[in-house]
Amino acid sequence: MASVQISEAEKVYIMHGVRDDLRVDGRGCEDYRHMEIETDVVSNTDGSAKVRMGHTDVLVGIKAELRRPRPNVPDEGYLEFFVDCSANATPEFEGRGGEELGVELSNTLYKVFNSHRSLDLRSLCVCPGEHCWVLYVDVLLLQCDGNLFDAMSIAIKAALFNTRIPKVRVLEDEEGGKEIELSDDPYDCLRLRVGHRHVVDATLQEKACSAASLLVAVTPRGAVTCVRKLGAGSLDPDSIFEMTETGKRVGKALHAPLMELLQKDESLGKKRQKVGFLA
Amino acid sequence: MAVDMRLPTVRKQISLAGSNSNADGKHLVVPGDVITSDTGFMRGHGTYMDDEKLTASVAGEVERVNKLICVRPLKTRYNGEVGDVIVGRITEVQQKRWKVETNSRLDSVLLLSSVNLPGGELRRRSAEDELTMRDYLQEGDLISAEVQSVFSDGALSLHTRSLKYGKLGQGVLVQVSPSLVKRQKTHFHNLPCGASIILGNNGFLWLYPTPGQQDEEEGGYYTSLELVPLSDREVISRLRNCLLALAAHKVLLYDTSVLYCYESSLLYQIKDILKPETMDEIVMVTRQRLLDQEG
Repeated sequence: MASVQISEAEKVYIMHGVRDDLRVDGRGCEDYRHMEIETDVVSNTDGSAKVRMGHTDVLVGIKAELRRPRPNVPDEGYLEFFVDCSANATPEFEGRGGEELGVELSNTLYKVFNSHRSLDLRSLCVCPGEHCWVLYVDVLLLQCDGNLFDAMSIAIKAALFNTRIPKVRVLEDEEGGKEIELSDDPYDCLRLRVGHRHVVDATLQEKACSAASLLVAVTPRGAVTCVRKLGAGSLDPDSIFEMTETGKRVGKALHAPLMELLQKDESLGKKRQKVGFLA
Repeated sequence: MAVDMRLPTVRKQISLAGSNSNADGKHLVVPGDVITSDTGFMRGHGTYMDDEKLTASVAGEVERVNKLICVRPLKTRYNGEVGDVIVGRITEVQQKRWKVETNSRLDSVLLLSSVNLPGGELRRRSAEDELTMRDYLQEGDLISAEVQSVFSDGALSLHTRSLKYGKLGQGVLVQVSPSLVKRQKTHFHNLPCGASIILGNNGFLWLYPTPGQQDEEEGGYYTSLELVPLSDREVISRLRNCLLALAAHKVLLYDTSVLYCYESSLLYQIKDILKPETMDEIVMVTRQRLLDQEG
């Protein structure tokens, strides 16, 4: 990810702050930054969402297509992820610089979302063994200010909530009306270890002070779908347990306000003020 | 654990009652706007001749000095002048100099002969000094320095030959646009709220806990890595959020405006200052107080 250069004294200041539960911007170790979520921003997709968290900006678009299902699971649909790290975010991503990070992010998203507890993939099936819906999820990173995973997973969940796919009845080439797709998705929570404590929603400076981080994907019911360690440093087994517990708690607590917000957004319908990209 | 999610809203521009509207007195232009069709003027920076008309090439305010017309841009990279105080980060260590990032078009240069080395001011720089440059300043270190001169290509030459300049220790760096920092007599302030600030002309603002003894040499290369007390941390975090709030509303930054903003932010919790409506409130109160003070 984009990195900032930071001096030794600044690192010490940040780490002492995390120890005292007062980060540089006044947040506690488990507080998130202010988030702004908007759905239905891209008109030619089936569902889209844009999330802005601090200076991190993520745009997700979803398109649904009819394909043959996978041979080992003929009665389920599936999701395909593609993460594009745009050069807008940081000059490091110019040309093919962002490819490696993009591939890593896509693979993590596969693991997180392609499991029974996260999404009801059976609802994507149209005709077992013949046709199923494939959701192509495209993620575009517009700006990078730390905590990409959380922003991406919130955006994907909001976009999936916003996705409308037609109801298809297999009856001699007939098609029906529109249907809303609601999923029970997991939600990533990235915990970064700074010093001896861990923080949630780290900024780029805090990330520069940390050696390792743990990614925990949690569904609204508290089930953990994926745990992944990122970073070159080592983690103590006790701290892994602690971080997973905190990740579960924080991740679970994030689902409720998000669903509330998405319901409110939907209920506003046509009266909703469209802000788009020029705010 | 606090989570704040909301739908985006268009930010409304807040204007104060009693202040003269921005249209009087300021001639604002965008690229392509015709400034004047009169050919009697000399054209300065930020303008070009399109047919016979003087047109602006940047977005900013038109300045006229007798016959010279130039446009000062609102948002630009830092253009250094001799005597400016800057805060910069070391990016490279080269043979006899360091390259410093100062948010300008080119990296600034800090020559080995322009720094204070231990052992006295007038010591001759030896080959050993060259080899041990990294012991003094490494990549990533922050320094405060003054602009000594400007090279022909626009790069700045810095110096730290005074005790108040040198390597910076523990603290917080805030980056804003250079045009928001007001030019004043002194850029080093010990704020009464309990922290100190260096307002670099290049838009880099450095917040740090006020050093204990007043006669302590700050220009040295020894940085204290002791624990900063929690009360000082709170003041620094609050000041940081206030600076970001003022910068987001394009308020000129100097010690008085920062102090007023800090005082009006005491009603809120530190982490709430960056919420849009709280920011609007705080900046409005600050602007009002600044206007009252002027009038």
